[in-house]
Amino acid sequence: MLQAIRAAGGPADAVDAGIDTLFSGIPGDCRLRRPLDIPAALDEVALERHLRELAGRNMSPASSTCFLGGGAYDHFVPAVVDSLAARGEFYTSYTPYQAEASQGNLQVYFEYQSLIASLTGMEVSNMSLYDGGSAAAEAVLMAISAVPQKKRVVMASTVHPEYRQVVETYLANLGIETVTVPATAGVVEPAALARACDSHTACVLLQQPNFFGCIEDLPALTQAAHAAGALVAVAVDPVSLGLLKRPGDCGVDIVVAEGQPLGNHLAYGGPYLGILACRESFVRRMPGRLAGQTLDRRGNRCWVLTLQTREQHIRREKATSNVCTNQGLLALRSAIYLAVLGPQGLREVAEACLAKATYAHRRLLAGGRLSAGFDQPFFKEFVVRDVVGRPDELVGELVDAGYLAGVPLGRWYPDLDDCLLVAVTEKRTRAEIDGLAEAFESARAGRPAAVGTGFAAPRRERTATHA
Amino acid sequence: MRNAQSTRLLCELSRPGRRGATLGPLDVPPVDVARVLPAHARQESPPPLPELSELDVVRHYTNLSTLNMSVDSHFYPLGSCTMKYNPKRNERLAALPGLGDLHPYQPEATIQGMLEMLWHLQAFLAEIAGLEAVSLQPAAGAQGELTALLVAAAYFRDRGEERTNVLVPTSAHGTNPASAAMAGFKAIGIESDAEGMVDMADLEAKLDGSTAVMMITNPNTLGLFERNILEIARLVHDAGGLVYLDGANMNAILGAARPGDFGADMMHYNPHKTFSGPHGGGGPGAGPIAVRKMLEPFLPTPRVVRSDVGGRVRFSLEWNCPKSIGRVRSFFGNVGVLLRAYAYIRTLGPDGLADVSRHAVLNANYLLARLRDVLPVPHARGCLHEFVGSMADAKARTGVSAMDLAKRLLDYGFHAPTVYFPLTVREAVMIEPTETESLETLDAFVEAVRAILAEPVDLVQAAPHSGAVNRPDEVRAAKSQQLGWAAGGPVAAAAVATP
Repeated sequence: MLQAIRAAGGPADAVDAGIDTLFSGIPGDCRLRRPLDIPAALDEVALERHLRELAGRNMSPASSTCFLGGGAYDHFVPAVVDSLAARGEFYTSYTPYQAEASQGNLQVYFEYQSLIASLTGMEVSNMSLYDGGSAAAEAVLMAISAVPQKKRVVMASTVHPEYRQVVETYLANLGIETVTVPATAGVVEPAALARACDSHTACVLLQQPNFFGCIEDLPALTQAAHAAGALVAVAVDPVSLGLLKRPGDCGVDIVVAEGQPLGNHLAYGGPYLGILACRESFVRRMPGRLAGQTLDRRGNRCWVLTLQTREQHIRREKATSNVCTNQGLLALRSAIYLAVLGPQGLREVAEACLAKATYAHRRLLAGGRLSAGFDQPFFKEFVVRDVVGRPDELVGELVDAGYLAGVPLGRWYPDLDDCLLVAVTEKRTRAEIDGLAEAFESARAGRPAAVGTGFAAPRRERTATHA
Repeated sequence: MRNAQSTRLLCELSRPGRRGATLGPLDVPPVDVARVLPAHARQESPPPLPELSELDVVRHYTNLSTLNMSVDSHFYPLGSCTMKYNPKRNERLAALPGLGDLHPYQPEATIQGMLEMLWHLQAFLAEIAGLEAVSLQPAAGAQGELTALLVAAAYFRDRGEERTNVLVPTSAHGTNPASAAMAGFKAIGIESDAEGMVDMADLEAKLDGSTAVMMITNPNTLGLFERNILEIARLVHDAGGLVYLDGANMNAILGAARPGDFGADMMHYNPHKTFSGPHGGGGPGAGPIAVRKMLEPFLPTPRVVRSDVGGRVRFSLEWNCPKSIGRVRSFFGNVGVLLRAYAYIRTLGPDGLADVSRHAVLNANYLLARLRDVLPVPHARGCLHEFVGSMADAKARTGVSAMDLAKRLLDYGFHAPTVYFPLTVREAVMIEPTETESLETLDAFVEAVRAILAEPVDLVQAAPHSGAVNRPDEVRAAKSQQLGWAAGGPVAAAAVATP
């Protein structure tokens, strides 16, 4: 290569002194004069051995039984999703700046937007954001931008605590006040929401089903917020929309969601995708990328990135958001998932979740160690109270029996520090649910665990909340 | 031999009653939905989604994929995006059971291998940056910028200092000023000098006690190392401000120079660029940040910590950080992307990482040397990992613009370079070959550019001639706002010209 540079008449000193001369633009004081202190290279065989060793020290939901939820769920991912998303033409391409070289991706995103709009009952979806939490924050920013004179945001305490934390982090320096409405018996009362909203409230943030799995009265809550002149953003579980009323049909203004349940693997929390859909009247306030339909010079239907004058690469500090990419590969996966399931398939997944969660709820409460957290209708997730009051220990004991049993709530809700959040997807079998119920009872009886997984958690002191 | 039948819209392929996936029989008692769910929450009919067979879906997406250019299929010299080869091994490793399928709320005892990997990655990124503390949470480079600026705001608030301004060179990515605004700061542009470097006089004029942060991309978007970086950092620090490094261009300086050593107090990485995470058609990326020790208390939570009690090593998540800014997303981070970065760093080791930058810089200089007589490069005698040519003269002379060159390159089987960025160069053509391209590929690209610039003007201006689509009407797209098949009513079949 150096000879080639010489032949081409490139910088002569580069040729003579070697590649390092190409770095001569870096002042000497800035140069690192030693090798980086990181481990030596591994060949492919050694690398795989190393990562398999690391993986072996984790308890995979594939070799255990997962009842964890809280915004990320062990739903079935059809093979067709993995197979198609593994095509290099999809996953090694990039943002469709050159529309002619990206018609495949652009159509995928246009279809994704269409599918999400249909699913949520909203008019417009963007090409996706990072995750459910940042989508919630972007929705709040979008609502604030629509009513800049209002400086207040009301959030239900039943919204995912991490989403609320993201909203507060995003708003920290923008002079916006955030108010949290407490729940009564696991849900937000429309009257309580109405009391919390005043004329300065730009928007309210709700969740359906809420973080506890309970069904909120979304039409009534929306009405209460609108009566106070506030916009309504709601975070939803996209799988629940196989069965639950579409948020657009409940009158909300902005819908956000964690898109992981739609065909995306758990991956220890990411990458996932943030769904954001809204009424058409907000389209110029939307964050993120949008794919639009148009015609080319020959009159062919085709797709492009559109309404880019909202975006950072044109508007810079006046942009609607700093977001500059979507979660393309995850949006692709979710579109494939929805396409292959179709309306009936998604309906059946949702019905199976509801039936299995209902069965699990009854089965778990029958034993005596657990009592119901809330007496509310739920979809695929519910709260149970450990009558002995040590959910962290209980979860640790069940790990040793091969169960990822539930998410302790004390970290976020100090008053619920004896509670567990249990999620049941369509993947769980009756035998697994029965096994979980028996394992809970065994734990109470202090019997040794049925299956030794080697993952026994050390007894953890009951620490204060991490909220 | 294009299959245009299968690439019609999903809603056009849909047929009533067709389906791709079915669930087995329920093994628990069925529930009466009307009894367990309140009426206000029930949707009587399933959502209005298209109905397709599995093969319909497979053919649709397989054929759509062939309408993309990608790194696996094409040279993709998209400047500032670092479109390097994405090693296949990392795809397999990231999907391993026990890594790709862990739930974010598993008890720590069940994810010790994952936490150990993340802890080491934190340490690697700190070492490569020359900075002390790392947060892996941000989901993308732009979110990393926002996170770091929020950290800076919290730091100054903690010190009781009111600083309102963030300085951003006009050559920077648009995300920089947009992130500054989102973090509640006022973005102030700093001009470039004739050589494309930060204009020191303009910096000194705008730097004062209200400056919170100077954001700087180094190497900058022209592919040049900011010659005065140490002086810039000294000036900013003397004014009490912090220096933020946009790490978009780290592929140029791995093992050669460390941001912490040249004055940066905080930075973000783009692991999907520098550490070979596939770009996924637009994402996912990740945006981990590294900061100096004094900023560590303000980082988002949780981070991974290691404890060693009597030889018993454990990894855990640290949540208890009272000065933390909170969080910028749910769950831990884009772990799948971080895992690929870890595998990449372990594959290369210290010498391999340094060679990445050496070869990326060599490839860019080779293209620069072979193209600059036909594609003027206003700011560079040499360059680092990329350079920015200008079609301004050519356009004035013949009418062929940067966009025309870009479109015509598609016909030659090359993805276009980045065009019209940075904004400081007229008719900009930003070329970044990366280290993974061979001499033969670079030569073929050079020949293509040279050939195009000698072609008849109308031929180039009418490009691309191959492919399914030619110059979509962007104005029409923005005016008609058809953002979904339902948004503008039923798809207008009359407007569909299917070949």
